Amino acid sequence: MYELLKGLGSWLVGAEQWTGSDGIGHRLAEHLQYSLLATLVAAAIALPVGLLIGHTGRGAFVAINLSSFGRALPTVGLVVLVFLASGLSMWPVYIALVALAVPSIVTNTYAGMTAVDPEVRDAARGQGMRWYQVLFQVELPLALPLIMTGLRLALIQVVATATIAAYVSFGGLGRYVFDGLAQRDLVQVLGGAVLVALVAVVLDLALSALQRFLFRHRPAPQS
Amino acid sequence: MSVDWSWIADHTDDLTTLTLSHLQAALTAVLLGLLISLPLAVLAHRVRRLRGLLLGLSNVLFTIPSIAVFVLLLPVSGLTRTTTVIGLTIYTLVVLLRNTVEGLDSVPTRTKEAAKAMGTRPLRTLLTVELPLALPVIMAGVRIATVMAISLVSVTTYIGDGGLGQLFTDGFQRNFPTPVIVGVVLTLLLALVADALLVTLQYVLTPWNRRQKQGA
Repeated sequence: MYELLKGLGSWLVGAEQWTGSDGIGHRLAEHLQYSLLATLVAAAIALPVGLLIGHTGRGAFVAINLSSFGRALPTVGLVVLVFLASGLSMWPVYIALVALAVPSIVTNTYAGMTAVDPEVRDAARGQGMRWYQVLFQVELPLALPLIMTGLRLALIQVVATATIAAYVSFGGLGRYVFDGLAQRDLVQVLGGAVLVALVAVVLDLALSALQRFLFRHRPAPQS
Repeated sequence: MSVDWSWIADHTDDLTTLTLSHLQAALTAVLLGLLISLPLAVLAHRVRRLRGLLLGLSNVLFTIPSIAVFVLLLPVSGLTRTTTVIGLTIYTLVVLLRNTVEGLDSVPTRTKEAAKAMGTRPLRTLLTVELPLALPVIMAGVRIATVMAISLVSVTTYIGDGGLGQLFTDGFQRNFPTPVIVGVVLTLLLALVADALLVTLQYVLTPWNRRQKQGA
């Protein structure tokens, strides 16, 4: 175990590991590109869906069941399936990652919308607000904390799972995991895993800082 | 991309074996996860300081890619079922611990005080008052953990196990979609059935909830 950790230390700080097309710098950029793009696309799909379901109260049953369906989808199977169908392209990776992220965002957005006090909603309607004004000026701001939780959860899952891109011969930090696995090089596997976990934690902290900055004028939530 | 039905007909025995092995791995992990998370959750619920530590730790565990977890267990437990189960258990722990703590938190203070006033001892209060009242939230965690474990078993195909996940590597290596499609469908079916059974179990276990609550 000690040898492994020592190996990991020198692997992480070795200058030759950080440069070039299979260096950590490049792999990190790829990993971030896959993760952020997939999460953005998932948010573009899931946010409107979650907001609409929450606003209208219709389709909740379908949305929640679709979400647990999404959670049950084996990512490896999905990646391989889309890979076999589409050939060597980035589609398998993005489709699988988006499918993974959508459920968390939909369910949390919907949960945030249902947590809005019905009296507040009624008061907004009573003042003569249009449906879109109620949605964007009342419900959305109140639901934002839970929506952000959903986005953070989705991002963590996507960052951890983007590792799989390397299985179907793409880059990202998963390269180290799968190459290390093939070469029986545990140090490399461990290095890849540590980097992925670090990226996930750092992104999560960044989002949580952003959240605090956005809500700095609000009283602290009671919990 | 079409399904080769004759391949399925020729491999029903293999498919049954893989499905059962898949299910066994997932269920063992969830049960172990429950056994470990229950005492930890009670601790985290009672001791404020441990709470942040335990929940923070389990959140960090969640960010480690699952493939890496399984591979890193190799020096410890080798290419065996044990590795699969340990790795899966770690993942179920994250969900189970959080939900169990939240469930215990959701028990109204008044109820606990009433139990205390009636002279119920702490352990008995925990077993007969707090845990039953926390059950809906705990069960929500068990459902998520079970579905997650069932979908995660496939990842262990990279370390020579995998249950239905073996069909994915098989299909990938031979460029043959049928096993992959069958594997995905069977995994989804397993998850659906397991989830439905858990909903039924919760219904049976919480008779007092039937009238007030329409399932969500």
